[in-house]
Amino acid sequence: MNNSVKRLFRSNEPYIFLIIVILGIAVQIRSGQFFTANNIVDLLSALIVPGMFALGEFLALIAGGIDVSFPALASLSAYAVTKLLLDREYQGNVFLAFVIAALIGAVLGALNGLLIGYLNLNAMIVTLGTSSIFQGIMQGTLRANQLAAIPAGMKAFGTTALFRGSNAETGISSMLPMTFLVFVAVCIVMYLLLRYTIFGRGIYAIGGNPASAHAAGFNVRRTKFLMYIMIGIIASLSGICRVCMMQQMHPTNMLGMEMNIIAGVVLGGVSLIGGRGTLTGCILGTFLIVLVENSMILLGIPTTWSNVFVGLVILIGVSVSAYQTMHVRRAKSMNTKEAA
Amino acid sequence: MANSLLKAEHIKISFGNVHALRDVSLEIRPGEIHCLAGENGCGKSTIVKIITGVYQRDGGTIEFAGKEFGKITPIDAINAGIQVIYQDFSLFPNLTVEENLALNTEVASGKKMIHWKKVQEIAREAISKTNFDIDLKAKVEALTVAQKQMVAISRALMYNAKLIIMDEPTTALTKKEVKALFDVILQLKSQGIAILFISHKLDEVFEISDRFTIFRDGKLVATGNTKELDDKKFTFYMTGREFEDKKFEAVHISEKPVLELDGLTMEGAFQDVSFRLHGGEILGITGLLDSGRTELGLAMFGMRRATSGRILRNGEPVVIANPGDAIRHKIGYVPEDRLSEGLFLPRSIGDNIIISEIDKLTRNKIIFDLKKRDAEVAKWVQELEIKTPDPGNASTTLSGGNQQRIVLAKWLACDLDVLILNGPTVGVDIGSKHDIHNILQKLAGNGLAVIIISDDLPEVIQNCSRVLVIRSGRIVKEFQSRDVSEQLIVDAMM
Repeated sequence: MNNSVKRLFRSNEPYIFLIIVILGIAVQIRSGQFFTANNIVDLLSALIVPGMFALGEFLALIAGGIDVSFPALASLSAYAVTKLLLDREYQGNVFLAFVIAALIGAVLGALNGLLIGYLNLNAMIVTLGTSSIFQGIMQGTLRANQLAAIPAGMKAFGTTALFRGSNAETGISSMLPMTFLVFVAVCIVMYLLLRYTIFGRGIYAIGGNPASAHAAGFNVRRTKFLMYIMIGIIASLSGICRVCMMQQMHPTNMLGMEMNIIAGVVLGGVSLIGGRGTLTGCILGTFLIVLVENSMILLGIPTTWSNVFVGLVILIGVSVSAYQTMHVRRAKSMNTKEAA
Repeated sequence: MANSLLKAEHIKISFGNVHALRDVSLEIRPGEIHCLAGENGCGKSTIVKIITGVYQRDGGTIEFAGKEFGKITPIDAINAGIQVIYQDFSLFPNLTVEENLALNTEVASGKKMIHWKKVQEIAREAISKTNFDIDLKAKVEALTVAQKQMVAISRALMYNAKLIIMDEPTTALTKKEVKALFDVILQLKSQGIAILFISHKLDEVFEISDRFTIFRDGKLVATGNTKELDDKKFTFYMTGREFEDKKFEAVHISEKPVLELDGLTMEGAFQDVSFRLHGGEILGITGLLDSGRTELGLAMFGMRRATSGRILRNGEPVVIANPGDAIRHKIGYVPEDRLSEGLFLPRSIGDNIIISEIDKLTRNKIIFDLKKRDAEVAKWVQELEIKTPDPGNASTTLSGGNQQRIVLAKWLACDLDVLILNGPTVGVDIGSKHDIHNILQKLAGNGLAVIIISDDLPEVIQNCSRVLVIRSGRIVKEFQSRDVSEQLIVDAMM
């Protein structure tokens, strides 16, 4: 086998992709509704918000950190923006909402970045702490409660269809909202950033070996600081997308998403110790979780069992990849033995 | 006198009250291979850190390539042409070879974007300098230690290095890899690059270096041409002591064997291994890296499971399925990699000593008895001459030789019948190595049965009463060590 093909099968992505396909076929056999236009559109639309969160988490994990504050951060900035625009009775388009959310996200992310990057505190503990602070500000200071109406621009953005898919048999049709474009845009920016900028390679380098990264001339502290600002921005954009799509602002319903997001990213082959993982893997892993969460109904499994299934998929997926690395390692030790 | 590339004179540095370097000088000539030797803590690494600008000296002068160096920063050192290959190579395991080779240059260029074509060009140029053949797209973590080292060397050459400092470069290499490394070093020398080779391995110093410098306790002890150096002088300069290598003679051999292996087999590792070991003996097991010697040691201690065959203790067959079983049958094992397997490094010296016998240091079998513990710790610290001001200090504060003594103390505290040691003096300096050999010989003299698994042939011949040679998983030869030479063992190993 040639080298690049070999390398591909040593990574996680093909296996996760295979699990997705198998699961898809299983649902198709059971319900006959998987490979229908409306189901695919539904799945893509369900991927938007978790997908963007996953991209942020991906950054943190690659650099050898972690972020559990993004749901609280996104809730806070999305709530603040929605409330602000409602109070001002702003009638313009959604652009301003994204800009303000990005600014708030940057400030909140900078707090994480300051503590993790410059003070070198443990990322897990810091983001647990800031998560509580963000929730506290939202519920205490801003006295957040459910906002049943949202500004006109955001409403329009969430209801305008980029694409529609309908099922000829059942007549049900689903739409892919414009927010999908935001997700795609973030994906593209992330790809370019990680692949073609010194900053992006610095994130990988720091995750691989922080001391060497410093010795190689990277400004490790500043890179981490800027990275957490970016994560804050991405999370906030995702928060606005969520509000646009739900047509209402519910301050607490994003909270608690962090664990499944992290699980998805790790499923996709992104290492918890940093430095290892690809964007494709990150998206595939997240898609797998979304797929399981959304296919319970089609499989005829009561929604109360949904968590059990998500848990099972995570365990199976992680076991497969652990088995996989064990295999590679064994092959490698055989090789070095031959060399010796 | 010949002109010199690096001339460091009367260097002094202290950290708090500790005088790490009291007054040392180091002179390296262009294009020479210079060996810097000394025991752990003698100031070898400190002088390197001063030359490369990591530490600032308190006194003395440094001249490099004819220029006086004032205060040195790491960037100054790199720009002047000084490169260090550290033991951990400072590579990025998660990135490809080409990126590892090019990243430093790319970052230094101050650009914001990466040009992958440029990366490839830089990488190709880097490996062409040493004719290093490697898949540039491979991840560094998938490489062997020797390959990683070559990546680090190739990267160092990108900076027009005049002096390359290698910090104990042969530690994790096989014999063949060491030879390949020496070829590269000679090649660099022929290109006019000076090499400062830090090592405490005698044979390497003699083989590769033109000149040598030896430090002891932060002072310069000797410097000169390697040709004028011999084993005895080298050891004396290193340790300040004269050693007599006492050859082990088994005297108090027990009547019955304490440990017997009967056709022990582990699929894929070793086959049909049988031998008898008596108390008071030191049995050497030697073979190449992949001969199955380590697996055999692990199987006797229950860390790996043999697939067939029997282990007998005092004539009775026993089942050793895990280390707990082994300890119950009074078998102890000192692993090859004591740092990761043998010690809890951040914990105190005392805690490490008593860990295996912790169940016994109790009142009424339940409550931990601190008095008993302290007495036990004090006893072993004294017995094995562990050099520490306070056994409450973390084990990381000790040198390799003293750490090895903790591992020994830990097992001896368990009142063993059989002690298996895998590479007991790997990475240990000469003085401690000698002391450890003495301790082992004394223990065997008191009736303990000892197995030394090692490929350090002088060590095996000097300390073992019998030597088994293992090749491709089979015992191929048994020697009485009084009538064996290194060559005979090597012939059997290959």
